[in-house]
Amino acid sequence: MSKDNQILEEFTSKEYEHGWSVNYEADEAPAGLNEDIIRWISSKKEEPEWLLEWRLKAFRTWLDMKEPEWANVKYPKVDLQALKYYSAPKQKNKPKSLDEVDPELLQIYERLGISLNEQKKLQGIAVDAVLDSVSVGTTFKESLSKLGIIFCSFSEAVQEHPELVQKYLGSVVPISDNYYAALNSAVFSDGSFCYIPKGVRCPMELSTYFRINAANTGQFERTLIVAEEGSYVSYLEGCTAPQRDENQLHAAVVEIYAEKNSEVKYSTVQNWFPGDKDGKGGIYNFVTKRGICAGDYSKISWTQVETGSAVTWKYPSCILKGDYSVGEFYSVAVTNNYQQADTGTKMIHIGKNTKSRIVSKGISAGYSQNSYRGQVQVMKRAVNSRNFSQCDSLLMGDKCGAHTFPYIDIQNSSAKVEHEATTSKIGEDQIFYCNQRGIDTEDAVALIVNGYAKEVLNQLPMEFAVEAQKLLALTLEGSVG
Amino acid sequence: MTTLTKNKITDQILELHQSLNNFKDLRTNGAAILEQKGLPALKEEEYKFTAITKKLDQNISNFGPAHTVQLNAELVNEHLFEGFDGDLIVFNNGIYSPEFSHFSGQDYTIAVLDQEPQESLGTIAKMEKDPFVALNSTTFRSGIAIHVGRNKQIEKPIFFLFFNQAHNGEVISPRLFIQIEDNAEVTFLENTVSLDENPYFSNMVTEIKVAQNAHVHYSRLQAEHRRAIVVNNFETDIHRDATFTSSLVSLSGDMVRNNLSLNLLDSGCEGNMYGLYLLNGKTHVDNHTNVDHTKPHAESNELYKGILADKSRGVFNGKIFVRQDAQKTNAFQQNNNILLSEDATVNTKPQLEIWADDVKCSHGCTTGQLDEEALFYLQARGLGKEQAKGLLLYAFAGEVLDKISNDGFRAFVTQKVQERLGGSY
Repeated sequence: MSKDNQILEEFTSKEYEHGWSVNYEADEAPAGLNEDIIRWISSKKEEPEWLLEWRLKAFRTWLDMKEPEWANVKYPKVDLQALKYYSAPKQKNKPKSLDEVDPELLQIYERLGISLNEQKKLQGIAVDAVLDSVSVGTTFKESLSKLGIIFCSFSEAVQEHPELVQKYLGSVVPISDNYYAALNSAVFSDGSFCYIPKGVRCPMELSTYFRINAANTGQFERTLIVAEEGSYVSYLEGCTAPQRDENQLHAAVVEIYAEKNSEVKYSTVQNWFPGDKDGKGGIYNFVTKRGICAGDYSKISWTQVETGSAVTWKYPSCILKGDYSVGEFYSVAVTNNYQQADTGTKMIHIGKNTKSRIVSKGISAGYSQNSYRGQVQVMKRAVNSRNFSQCDSLLMGDKCGAHTFPYIDIQNSSAKVEHEATTSKIGEDQIFYCNQRGIDTEDAVALIVNGYAKEVLNQLPMEFAVEAQKLLALTLEGSVG
Repeated sequence: MTTLTKNKITDQILELHQSLNNFKDLRTNGAAILEQKGLPALKEEEYKFTAITKKLDQNISNFGPAHTVQLNAELVNEHLFEGFDGDLIVFNNGIYSPEFSHFSGQDYTIAVLDQEPQESLGTIAKMEKDPFVALNSTTFRSGIAIHVGRNKQIEKPIFFLFFNQAHNGEVISPRLFIQIEDNAEVTFLENTVSLDENPYFSNMVTEIKVAQNAHVHYSRLQAEHRRAIVVNNFETDIHRDATFTSSLVSLSGDMVRNNLSLNLLDSGCEGNMYGLYLLNGKTHVDNHTNVDHTKPHAESNELYKGILADKSRGVFNGKIFVRQDAQKTNAFQQNNNILLSEDATVNTKPQLEIWADDVKCSHGCTTGQLDEEALFYLQARGLGKEQAKGLLLYAFAGEVLDKISNDGFRAFVTQKVQERLGGSY
């Protein structure tokens, strides 16, 4: 218990740990959104012609689209014309290795507890750090490249591996997919690119760390993961942002392409600034994440711990195209104060004997609204497909809401699909039991919540699991009266 | 909200309602809503899987009110189920037909609603909620009101029997308004008979008030012909300590949409909804249920089961809404489906919206096929494959059939289900 107490104590004093910001000289695009800005971003990044064309096509598609309103969230509209679509810390020369990266920038990540230096070797994680619109550094590039693994920033990939980027970009999330994906396709500035060649098992966890620092910018990053036949990779994503009064927009796209027999595990611990106690400020997190199990026997697994953001709108999905492919989705979404989350998954069964599993645990406290929205679709061809979904909600306090909107569409008689959902609160008897044994109420709640979320937390890589547990305790701080 | 305002259907209806002279206010309101919203398009979330407007467009040529047809006593008697003992209320194309109805002297009142003022109409089923309620309010000719007074125990069931036959594809708009006062008890049964194979559109609205400590059972059978397009809006207000149980068995039709809403308005009340859809051919049945828990200590149970063969489609959308005041709510919902063919489709969306924290709510939903092992077990004991299948499916359906409280009606519906399933029992 002493360790738990320590964790709690550590977090009682502060509200949002990563709320600070740093002033550095930045290279920014003027505010506004039009074709000129897109050309400006593209030329800034010295992109090839086809990519500019692709961006412009996305922009023109986007112009005809309407902002989706079906999600169970309410927020004032974002004025997209007032945003800056590019903000990068000024660096004199393009750094060739981490040693040349501006130490001031590295310090930002030190402060976040993410060391970009080689000492990270001990933990065996390769990190791509994205600050506002650009990637500031990627670690372990060399040792990974010996195995043929490409892990670098998106801009670098565009320069060095254009054939791969051109082949896979937009193959899973087409530009016309939805409003925010189209917007992202038009203005995305950077992100991570990861390519695992045939038969390679990536020896370490790959990780991207996103940080929004500048004010009045949107962060639009793009991640593309390609796993060739028989490969394996585990990928982590973390994010934080400074505490500001105005809302900021984060509209990312993640694409995963899994070939035959490959496995991709994607874990997210999302801790964007959630707004203050009165619901002021915070990040709008409108993210499109999708993976395709293109080859037979491939597997994609999403694990997410969502604790931050004022408004979350995120549905990591799997298209199970290859026969015998597997999709998984494990999620813990915690909302407190005035946060709103509308999150879930889509499992599209196309191939024969495909399997999917959905475990979603929602926790709402304060005045927050937490929705699970999911779809399980079994196409006609998907013989013997199997799905199991479980979505549980835990309510803390009588001002919050928990909602479930599962869509189940079955077109095949051999499919077996199960869905169950429960909603409950932490039982008084459970808390009483803990109290009796000397555990005070706040600790008891943390204990019960951690137990409730364990099924999902177990799926996280070890380092993340610890962070996620701490976050859970922190987010629910003060929600028990 | 997508609109289909300048659709030929709404235009026709708006023109039509001018010629009807009663219920001016209700009609004007209904027409205004229709004009504004139009009939639902497929894009609309509530009608996402049921292209009812398109269906109407293609099959119904005339949206004028259906006129009564020739009935005779023999025909009516043919459609009574064996062992029927109760009050019979016959509707001829949605219009109450007193000459064929008969009563056994039970203590309640029935009145024809054909002129104003009838202030209560539309107070339970709100036309803002569904354009088809507005459509019914605009075009219905007359309805009936049933009133069961305080402390009355109506022992024998009240059986609504609808005879539908529209030659030029006209609209049948039955309208029922039922009030059950404090401590009363009553059972309603409902069946619809299609007289020939011509397409028709039946758009019914039923409003029920179940007052304090009253207990009501309502069982319905839907076995209309292959070209019938049916929309039912059934809405119930349930007051303190009252219980209301709905059983609905759907067997056929072209496209059937059932909206069933239970408003649990006070503590201690209970709402139960049971449904079975056993479909073949190209039948499309869409069940939308809505339970609204507004006060503490209420309970709702829901069980819907579907068996889908051929190219049929079953849609289920069960919404449980628990408001902030409704602490200590217990709400359970289950939807199970069996697909018997490669071409059958199920779309199900069990939906929970919970705003109170001290509640127990759960929903479960499965889609699958018959258990191979159970089938094998029966075959090993000498049953033919078809027989064994029939028996297992009957067992699956039985859970819902058992909820029909009236013995005679249950036997009647069970027999229909067994005929469909084949096998021997």
